[in-house]
This record gives sequence, C-alpha cells and structure tokens, in this order.
Amino acid sequence: MPHHLSNPEASQHELMAFMAGDQEFCVDIMAIREIRGWSSATPLPKTPGYMKGVINLRGTILPILDLSARIGLGMCDPSGRNVIMVVQIGNRSVGLLVGAVSEIIMVNTMDIQPAPEVALEDMRGLITGIIPVGQRLLSLLDVNLLLPETEVEAA
Amino acid sequence: MSADDPFEAIKQTFFLECEELLTDLETNVTALTFGDGDGEAINAAFRAVHSIKGGAGAFGLEELVRFAHVFETFMDELRSGRKPCDDQAVRAMLHASDVLADHISFARGLIPAMDEERSNTVINDLRELIHGGSVSTTPDNDPDPTDPSLEAFDFKPVMFDFGALPLDSKTETAADGWIIEFKPHFRLYETGNEPSLLLRELARLGPTSVTIDTSELPVLSNLPEAGSYLKWVVELQAPLDRHAITEIFEFVDSECDLNLTPIGGLTSGLAGVQETSSVPVDTVDIAALLAAVSEDGAKPVPAGAAPALAEQADSLVPSVAVSNDTPKTVTAPAGGAKQVAATQASIRVDLDRIDKLINVVGELVIQQAMLAQSVTECGLTVDSSVKLGLDDLELLSREIQDSVMAIRAQPVKSVFQRMPRLVREVAEMTGKSVRLVTEGEGTEVDKTVVDRLAEPITHMIRNAIDHGLEDAQGRMEAGKSKEGTIKLAALHRSGHIVIEVSDDGRGINRERVRKIAVERGLIAHDANLTNEETDNLIFLPGFSTADAVSDISGRGVGMDVVRRSIQQLGGRISIASQPGKGSVFTMSLPLTLAVQDGMVVRSGGQTLLAPLTAVIESFTPKVGDLHRIGSGDWVIRFRDRFLPLINIARILGFEEADKSEVDDIQGIAIVVENEAGSQAALWVDTIQGQRQVVIKSLESNYRKVVGISAATILGDGRVALILDVDALIALGRQQANHVNFKLAS
Repeated sequence: MPHHLSNPEASQHELMAFMAGDQEFCVDIMAIREIRGWSSATPLPKTPGYMKGVINLRGTILPILDLSARIGLGMCDPSGRNVIMVVQIGNRSVGLLVGAVSEIIMVNTMDIQPAPEVALEDMRGLITGIIPVGQRLLSLLDVNLLLPETEVEAA
Repeated sequence: MSADDPFEAIKQTFFLECEELLTDLETNVTALTFGDGDGEAINAAFRAVHSIKGGAGAFGLEELVRFAHVFETFMDELRSGRKPCDDQAVRAMLHASDVLADHISFARGLIPAMDEERSNTVINDLRELIHGGSVSTTPDNDPDPTDPSLEAFDFKPVMFDFGALPLDSKTETAADGWIIEFKPHFRLYETGNEPSLLLRELARLGPTSVTIDTSELPVLSNLPEAGSYLKWVVELQAPLDRHAITEIFEFVDSECDLNLTPIGGLTSGLAGVQETSSVPVDTVDIAALLAAVSEDGAKPVPAGAAPALAEQADSLVPSVAVSNDTPKTVTAPAGGAKQVAATQASIRVDLDRIDKLINVVGELVIQQAMLAQSVTECGLTVDSSVKLGLDDLELLSREIQDSVMAIRAQPVKSVFQRMPRLVREVAEMTGKSVRLVTEGEGTEVDKTVVDRLAEPITHMIRNAIDHGLEDAQGRMEAGKSKEGTIKLAALHRSGHIVIEVSDDGRGINRERVRKIAVERGLIAHDANLTNEETDNLIFLPGFSTADAVSDISGRGVGMDVVRRSIQQLGGRISIASQPGKGSVFTMSLPLTLAVQDGMVVRSGGQTLLAPLTAVIESFTPKVGDLHRIGSGDWVIRFRDRFLPLINIARILGFEEADKSEVDDIQGIAIVVENEAGSQAALWVDTIQGQRQVVIKSLESNYRKVVGISAATILGDGRVALILDVDALIALGRQQANHVNFKLAS
C-alpha cells in the first residue's frame, strides 16, 4: 500500500496534476523535488524505449523517463513546452518527462477510488487510484514503481 | 546499545583516538628498532599506551587494561633506564604493539576472537623482562594491576588524558624547565582566588624559585585601595609539558597575564628583574609578600617543599613526557618540541560532507565554464567588465576546486604504517631477516586511493620477501648482508602517485620465468622477448614462479591479482629487475579516483569517452586494413595482427546502418586492451582530444548500463558516457558469435 494512503491522520492529500499523453495524472507532491524545462538528454544504450537518456542536474546524472511511453501511451517527442518533474524514488532521483503540469489539487483520502481492473497492461500496478475532479478524471500514480529495478524490489 | 547512546558515541571517539595512538606507538617503536629512536621515542610510545589504558579503563575494557598495564610497566622500566632498550626489548615491544592492536580491534568488535594464548605469551615475556635482567626490581614495578596503590593513581590519568591527549596541539615540552611570569589582574583577587595556592601547585611540579616583581607597585601614599600591581616570576626546574603548567592556571585563565618561557630563552630578562626589584620569598603567603615589598631586597629563594614534591610530578601529571629524577631520558627540547608542533590542529569531518562539497564545487566549475561560453556567444568584447569578472571568477573557482581536493588528500602514511607488522610476520614465517625502509610517507593522495593501496602493497611486499629475498645463507654466499632490505617509497610524478617496492634480493630469474611461461603456454617457445618483457611475464594470469606453494604467497594468482587491482584504480604496474641485485616494482596511480583521463570521441552522433588507461594506440586505417570474416564481422590489421573491430555506434545501438561498404570508411580505430590483456579496435567517427573528467556514477540514480562504466559532464554541461572497454570487448565477442581470430604469423 502506498505510504500516502497508509496514514489515516493525513486524510488530506496534496497532489500535483499533470498531463502525459492525452490523459491527466497526479502524484503525491511530496515525491516531487523540482520541475524544470526540457533539455535534450544523452541517450543511454541498451535501455528500454521509455528511457530518454540522462541529463546533468547540477552535477548529478539524472535519468529521464518518458512517462507516456512508460505507461503505454506512446512516445513523447519532447519540445520546449514539455517539462521534467524530478521525483524521488527511494534514494534515487529520476526525471519524468511529461506534457505539462497543470495544478496542485487537495483531495481527501475518501475521494480516491481504487483503480479499476480495466487499466492498460503497461499501466497495471502503476496506477493506485483514480480521482474524479468535476468532469475530469485523474489517475494517481505511484512513482516508486516506475523504475524497472524498483519493480523487482517491490515484488 | 543504540547508536545515539552518548556513551557509545564517546566510545567510538575513543576507538578513533586509539587508532591514532596505535599509529604513534608503531612509529615510535619502529624508530627504536632502527636505533634512531631516542628517549623521546620511548616516552611517546609510553604516552600512547598509557592513554589507551586510561580510556580503556573508563570503558571497562578489562582485558585491554590488563595488557596495556603490563606493556606500560615494561616501557616505564625502559624509559627510566632501569632496563636497557636493547634488541630484545624492542622486539618485545613490537609484539606487544601487535597484540595491543588486536585487543583494541577485539574490543571494537572488528575481530571475532582474541588470540588469548598469544596475548598471554606476550604478557609473560614482558613480565619476565621486567623482573629479569641485572637490575633488581622494586615493589613499585609490580605489574599486578589489582594493586590498589597503582590503581589509585592510575585512575586519575584516565580522566586527565581524556580532556588533553598528548596530541593536543598546544603540547610543548621544555628541556630544563620553564620561567613562568604570572601577573594576576585585580579581578583574580575579586573572584576569591589566591595566588599563593597557585604558586604552591607549581611547586609540586618541581624545584621552583619564586621572585616577585614589585616595579609597578605605586608608593603607599598613592596606592589605590583596589588594584593589582604584583607580578611573580617562577623558575620551575622540571622538564614539563606546557600544558601541565597552564592547567594549574586554568581557572584563572582570563584573570591574569601568564607568560611561559622555556628555560634558556629568557634568562637575561629574568636577571634584570632580579637586579632591580625582586624580593625574597620565604613563604608564598600574600601578606608576607606585601610585607616584603618594603624591604626592597633582591634574593631569590627556592621554595622549600619543591624538591621533595618533584618526584610526584610524574604521577600527578601523567602526560608529562620526562620525569625529572631520570636525567638520562631527558631529551633535546628542540627536536621534541618540533615533533609535537608538527601534529597540527585538525578536525574530524564526515567524509560524506566533503564529498558533497567536492561535488558542488565541481558543479560550480562547470557552471562557470558554461556561463563564460554564453557570455562569449553574446558577443561581448574581451575587455568588457563582465568578461573580466568572469575571468577572475574562473581563477577563483579553480582555486576552490584545488583546495577542496586537497581536503581529501591524505598522506600514504596510514597505509605504510601497517607494513612493518606485515614485514615482521612474513619474515618470521619465512625465517628471513628483513628490514623495511619507507620513504615519502608524507606523499598525499586522495582518500579513496589511499584506502585501496593497502592490498596491492601488501601483496607486493609479501612477494618481495617470499620470492625476492634470499635466505640468510644465500645472502651470505652472494656477499650481501644477512639482513635483507625491502624499500617502500611513494612519490609524485606528473600527476600520478608512484609507489615503489624494491628489494635487494636475487632479482628475477629470467630463464626460469621464460621456461615457466612456455610450459604454461603463456608465450610461444620461440618468442623473442626483451628482458623487460620477460620480467613482466610474471603479471600474466596463472603465472607463479614459486616451486612450492607457500602460505604467504605463490598461489599462482599473486601478481596477476595485483595488476588487476591496480588497473581497476586506473593505474599501471611494472617491474625492473637486475639479476643478483634485486627487483623494483613500480606502480603508478592517479591522485584521485574521482577524475579520469579520457579520450573524447564522437560516434553515432554521440560524444563518448574512452578511458585512457585502456587505450594503446589510435590510427586511421587504410582501405586494405579492414577485412570481413564470415557474414558480418570485421577485423582490422594492427601491427601485422588482426584485431576484432567493434563499431561503437552500432554495438551501443546509436546507429543501425552497417558500414558494409569498405570504400565508405571514414573513421578512426582506437586499439584498446582489457584487463585480461586482450586487444580490440574500437571504431569511432572522430577523436576530439583528451581531457580529464570527473567521474559520475550512473548507478546512483539509475542502474548499470551495459558497455558504459560511468558518465561525466563536459564543459558545455552535457552528459557524456564513459565507455567500459572490458564490456565492449565482451559484447563484440558475443555479437561476433565467438569467432576466433587467428593471429597472422
């Protein structure tokens, strides 16, 4: 169970909503370290297609993961309009290439509904819940499961 | 016990201090071994053991205390001159130092069990030496730690040494004594302190002669009711530590002027004071002193109790170097003081913090370079103030970078100091008599390198003693001294640290090396090798010249392992040998592991770095040099041999197209060698030059990537990947379906 759901006292969640592919997602804001503009990455050989490569984040080698490719929504062809969300996964920092960040939303634990079984193959396990906000539907993403090795560790 | 237990934290500090103290001990005992130690060496060794004992007592480490106590008692015999400091004694001390180190490691939990037998043997040996010999022992020398009288004064040092270890930078020992000028402020009297008590304390330290300086005392008619006008000059004839004296004045530190001069320095000044206005002091009572002022006489009188009390000085102030009733051990002040002064003030800093600082500074330098580039692109003129400011900034950031790197630099001493013990042990095992000479211990190198030097050096020294040196008889026959010499030296050479291990043994038996290499199929039987090439055969995997495999070395992996571990550090090793005269192993290592020399290449539109340590040569091949074997594997001619050609862009997946058209070739071949010595040629588009780069881990945020060892950040802020030559050669083999390349004859 993701940590942001396990604490009953923190019934209010602050989530960062963003676009990837043509869908809306959100992650726990506490996982986000910073948001920066896209800068071209140095490709890494022999890595899955969603790995865009690595960039220099003030001296740290930061791997960049194309979120829309990772969850099976097709490769993103990044331009200056795309942004990189730097998230903390365990003790690693990883950059998520997303379309655009839209807003910070506050939700109650009550508002988070369990993810339906119909999720896409690539998405299964990554989406821990869905949140209806007005006419919109946001998928809550667990960043801890994005990296291939952390999948193994979590299993 | 939890990690944040304050007691546990203090204990850890104690162990850290033990490390330093053991190092001191080893240094000083080793100095005695070579006969160049003097009284100060034995005193310093004594202090080290005493401090360890003190701390161990506070933590209830009984076994350690028991052992240290016997050791200390033994050294006390030596420093007092009651026992001669001969070979036997030094040997006993060396063994005792080793066991003491084991005791500490055991108490610290670093080793699972204590070799009780060895410890007891050494204790018995020491006791025998203490009680045996020509000089009869006094009851005071009873080594039994349970003796209450010993414990009584032994516990005090525990407390004292904790606050003020002999390593304290303020420690200074005078040879003959001190002249102490003590001028109380009015505030001292106001706070209820009594100068006479302080003077009495001083008198306890040794024979004193006290004079009072009344020159500032106004005539009685003008005397204000509150004021301080007296100054005492005490000549203390005891070779004490400065600290022993300042300690007395500790509580009135800010309420008096205290001036300490080692005797010899200020004698004339004192004489002047005596002539003009000093008064005799019979009793250090302030009323009497005031009364004496009127007499205006000038006769210094020694304080009566001092000589009797002087003997206690040593036990009262245990960190004092030399007890004053044994003139034999009193040493020249200059040498001693200098030595102590060399132990500079230092602070302990967590390595992580320094690493973080280094990272940030590295980043600063890159950022600064990027900024400079953008400014240049803006078209500003060279003499614009922005540009000039940036130039200064560049100098400053380089300077910061150098200084920060210097923080991590450590002398190789810490590694070298472990070697005497190793030499002793290996010498004992082989029955050879060996002397270890070290040079350049102060040579500094990055901490990460220092930590990883121990293993290859250990291996090389073992090898040198086991295989290099002849036994005593062999040496006599060869006309050499019975004792073999191993020299361990460190020096800086062109941005690298060079470590040399040399012996004066028999040198490498080239015929035998060659024979073995042929037998093991390492070289062809008719191979034409230079002497140097023959010598270096011993680094080949699976080579061992020892006829019998011994415990110490010669498992057939020896020098091969050494070479590999040095290559992993980005260094190289070679050997030079003269038959009958000895061999020199030279290893050359980078000063830091954080940077690497690399060749910047372009391939498949990417900028990559080939580590320079792996690069043998680069050349532009001609059309006829490239050949295709089978369906798609290419080989390249290099010095009449054909090497597998690995197209970097293709093997790493940066480009799909196969360069099948030989006419089409445009590129450069870089001949590289992996750690096992196999060679291959890497095919790249261009070489952009060489540069030193800061190594950044890919694993810290991602994971290991095949064919890539790490990454770095280039001057333009972009990430460039560093090639993993070993993995590339292995990849090349896989993709070539294990084709064996025949060597052209």
